[in-house]
Amino acid sequence: MRSQRRGQSVVQVGLPGWIYLPATLGALFVIVPLIAILLKIDWPNFLPLVSSESSRAALVLSLKTAAASTLVCILLGVPMAMVLARSQFHGLSVLRALVLLPLVLPPVVGGIALLYTFGRQGLLGAHFDLWGIRIAFSTTAVVLAQSFVSLPFLVVSLEGALRSAGTGYENIAATLGARPTTVLRTVTVPLVLPGLVSGAVLAFARSLGEFGATLTFAGSLQGVTRTLPLEIYLQRETDADAAVALSLLLITVAAVIVIVSGTRRLASPL
Amino acid sequence: MKAWLGVVTAVSASALLAGCSSADTDATRPGDTATSVTVFAAASLKATFTELAGRFESDHPGTKVALNFAGSSDLVAQLTQGARADVFASADTTNMTKAVDAGVIAGDPVAFATNILTIVTPPGNPKGITRFADLAAPGTQVVVCAAQVPCGAATEKLERATGVTLTPVSEESSVTDVLGKVTSGQADAGLVYVTDAAGAGDKVATVPFPDSAAAVNTYPIAALADSTNPTAAQQFIGLVTGPTGKDVLSAAGFGTS
Repeated sequence: MRSQRRGQSVVQVGLPGWIYLPATLGALFVIVPLIAILLKIDWPNFLPLVSSESSRAALVLSLKTAAASTLVCILLGVPMAMVLARSQFHGLSVLRALVLLPLVLPPVVGGIALLYTFGRQGLLGAHFDLWGIRIAFSTTAVVLAQSFVSLPFLVVSLEGALRSAGTGYENIAATLGARPTTVLRTVTVPLVLPGLVSGAVLAFARSLGEFGATLTFAGSLQGVTRTLPLEIYLQRETDADAAVALSLLLITVAAVIVIVSGTRRLASPL
Repeated sequence: MKAWLGVVTAVSASALLAGCSSADTDATRPGDTATSVTVFAAASLKATFTELAGRFESDHPGTKVALNFAGSSDLVAQLTQGARADVFASADTTNMTKAVDAGVIAGDPVAFATNILTIVTPPGNPKGITRFADLAAPGTQVVVCAAQVPCGAATEKLERATGVTLTPVSEESSVTDVLGKVTSGQADAGLVYVTDAAGAGDKVATVPFPDSAAAVNTYPIAALADSTNPTAAQQFIGLVTGPTGKDVLSAAGFGTS
């Protein structure tokens, strides 16, 4: 930052010219497929395709479950990030590696793991079943699958924000007599709010796109468990045009998320 | 800039050279015809076609069979988008017709096997299901294929033939997902092909029912128009439709006539 201040006699180091070639290739690699899908869309029939009963049910379900999953991620992820960033105890690094595992785990593996946890004969699911609670094939299962894969995104981005914010202000507040909960509420949370927002946005976006774990764990039924990615996957079997139209819907929602949340926030060092 | 481009050119040129030289050695290896047949087959043919490919390779030394298994509609999509293959075996006539209409098939497809649906339940059949109508009983969690995929189309046909309307808890996009929901104990029953049930062994209990004959799925096989090895393609099709193919397929539960 300081080196870029005007009026100082610091020589600006430009980028080497050749770096623009691979950078452009990389950008095209991401942008061209998006253009390809736009070109493939059957525009005259676009509205009927995306407003069919099954498409609307899938979109509504996707938005609802992704919102619920984001809430779950905030409720569980914020305390997790704080423990990982601020506390010190034996085995913390092992714990971090374990809870962040879904970040690199193929979602279908997550789905299988959830199946043997919350499924009817699962580790916990067998007990739930005795109490009359059925998770399999319910919307709850979708939210569980989405939360499982999205949680680490929120934790990682918030933990990073907490670390880069440092403990300076918190320590001062404590010296002035504030109790830990007061420090948390009045200093820590406002300080890392941008990190929390970008983490929540990432979690929402990841939930919206969740496919593998949902398919494996929750099943696929219109209005109950068939979210937009599952609907696209199924439509592709018989009606490629509908699948393409629905894909654009998901791309649009994703683009809106990225733009609304501000590219600045997502791009800022976490 | 120039230097960097030079590096790229050199790297790609050497990659090309490496590619050429290895191809040359393959073609000129003495006493080796080094041909290969690429077979695109429906996922439900995985076990049988893997075995048949092994037989084909031992019958035709020097010929390799490359197998690609996926859902029939995925395979048609791959073929129409330019994937290279010599033989295509579909799990239903609908997808084979799609391939024929797209102009990727040479000649007429030949039907080589049939498959019917069966009821599978977790081992021991805890819900005591004995017939198709039992699947509609309240409190029975049934998983079926979605109507968009062949096994789901067959399920709909059975519902119409029997007059029984099912209220499944999930409509999966593949038959293996239905089987998975039953083997993992999530569902009380599922409708899968008899060959899937046979493949699952004692992880499921199979409940055959007479109405299943109302929805018979036919598997067609054909050579592809742009096959680079039409002779070997026809030989492979001959093996599948011949006595060896019939033996292997019927042992796995397929119907062969």
